[in-house]
Amino acid sequence: MAATTATPVRKKRPDDTKLAILFIAPALIGFLVFMIWPTLRGIYLSFTKFNLLTPPEFNGLDNYIRMGQDPVFWNSLVVTLYYVVVNIVLQTALALVIAVMMQRLTKRTWLRGIILTPYLVSNVVAALVFLWILDYQLGIGNKVIELIGLDRIAFLADSNWVIPTVALINVWRHVGYTALLIFAGLQTIPETLYEAGRTDGASEITMFRRITLPLLRPILALVLIITVVGSFQVFDTVAVTTRGGPIDSSRVLQFYIYDMAFGRFQFGYASAMSVALLVVLVIITFLQYRLSRAEQSDLA
Amino acid sequence: MATATQPVATTAPAIVEESPKPGFNIGRAVAWVFMVLVILASLFPFYWMLRTALSSNNALYAGSDSLLPVDASWGGFERVFGLQTGQEAIDAGGAGQPINFWHYLANSIIVSTLVTAGQVFFSAMAAYAFARLQWRHREKVFGFFLAGLMIPAIFTLLPNFVLIKQLGLIDTLLGVSLPTMLMTPFAVFFLRQFFLGISREVEEAALVEGASKVRVFFRLILPMSSAPLATLGILTYITSWNDYFWPLMVSYTDRSRVLTVALGVFKSQTPQTGPDWSGLMAATLVAALPMLILFFLFAKRIVNSIGFSGIK
Repeated sequence: MAATTATPVRKKRPDDTKLAILFIAPALIGFLVFMIWPTLRGIYLSFTKFNLLTPPEFNGLDNYIRMGQDPVFWNSLVVTLYYVVVNIVLQTALALVIAVMMQRLTKRTWLRGIILTPYLVSNVVAALVFLWILDYQLGIGNKVIELIGLDRIAFLADSNWVIPTVALINVWRHVGYTALLIFAGLQTIPETLYEAGRTDGASEITMFRRITLPLLRPILALVLIITVVGSFQVFDTVAVTTRGGPIDSSRVLQFYIYDMAFGRFQFGYASAMSVALLVVLVIITFLQYRLSRAEQSDLA
Repeated sequence: MATATQPVATTAPAIVEESPKPGFNIGRAVAWVFMVLVILASLFPFYWMLRTALSSNNALYAGSDSLLPVDASWGGFERVFGLQTGQEAIDAGGAGQPINFWHYLANSIIVSTLVTAGQVFFSAMAAYAFARLQWRHREKVFGFFLAGLMIPAIFTLLPNFVLIKQLGLIDTLLGVSLPTMLMTPFAVFFLRQFFLGISREVEEAALVEGASKVRVFFRLILPMSSAPLATLGILTYITSWNDYFWPLMVSYTDRSRVLTVALGVFKSQTPQTGPDWSGLMAATLVAALPMLILFFLFAKRIVNSIGFSGIK
């Protein structure tokens, strides 16, 4: 990481401190004002009662105590976890298969371009298209389901289907990007290994299990860190399609936080729940990082 | 293990030796069928947007399984760009409220341009200071920046909203742009890595000739880094264009409303029973099209930028 090329030995070099301050000032201001300060303030606000109109009042651990007793909060945490699991499992498995197939079939840019296209549109666009495709009455998706001879599904209006559907919409948008990340990782595996495998008469599936998967593990771990952290922050799709419903079955944590802040103006409590999400994310990142490091040393 | 060796899919290596003609191969055929399905799944929703946008909304009910536009018309697009009168729009199944996507399109362009130009330029300046200038505590300050990579953007949104409100910038384009206009830790990190890789020779020759470091930055470093700067710029533009959550918090009226937020509003205004699907899909297409064009123009650069070069 941080390559320390400049050793203190080079005393002869002119000191650029003044120029450096000038060069770094805009970015540093942005960093301090819009990242560090808000982070500290967010933590502070979580210990206050704050409705935006009057100054925040310190109220100790009240928000956290309330959080512990708030069934909607716990439900939203469970809903979010459920979403993350469905989203990540589907997306990673599919992306892995796509990446391996691209590697074996063709490495042409056009194919990767097509796979990536959904990623270029916003979550809002993806959500609206699928709201239409999966519409109970008129959606082409339900027409196809009927054609196969199954019953129509109220994808976004049925509490059992809503989270898998939201997950599916986000898989559609993100699977290409994930596949390309994995594909990039695959390029680091030397082709000679596969040639050797082929000479030994190994099948594609054997080579996948014996060569690809073990060597790809550290990269998969990195991909998982990125996608899991992103997945926990799901908001756009829910905000556009279901707004948390039916009842609370798609009320993911980030949507509950938004609703608390902008629907009910309870910024203090919303901040406390944000802190909870932050803690969850930090723990998960840390655990995954540890795991990936352990794997890396195994395979170095 | 499977001794009955499966047909091995060769990736047509440059040195084709004993491997016989690929010919027909079941494994490969199955793989291609799968890939074709993936391609269809990726692209079908785009076709469906277009097909629906070009249909008359009222005809969609009867022709919901037609693969072509039903009773083709520009009505959806006319409603999106405010070209239909309220009554016409209501008759056609729309909301009848005046809506003008040109305005939101302009807002989105302004915000994404401000964010991209500012973020790339200021991050490049900082990256140069971290890569090339000599000053005390350089590595410490850089480490501090790197720690910023750990803060999920979502956590800063609420407090940033409070800040933007205190600055009186709620519902302004500047307020929407400001938090990401000055830097992101990733941009600084990405560009620093690249600057470190530039050979020092040309730079030192210029310095010996009496050029200032400021001049070296503008005349040498920036032009030599045009490729990564462009890549970063395109990716930043796309991210900013597609952002929904932050602008949703900050913009309340047409004054600062960007396309993604306008799309959400358009959706919520459409009649609950019997939504204006053709209008909605026309709006969706209008919101997505600029990025699709950008992608079409820079596909190779964007596709190849996805990897671990910047993260590792």
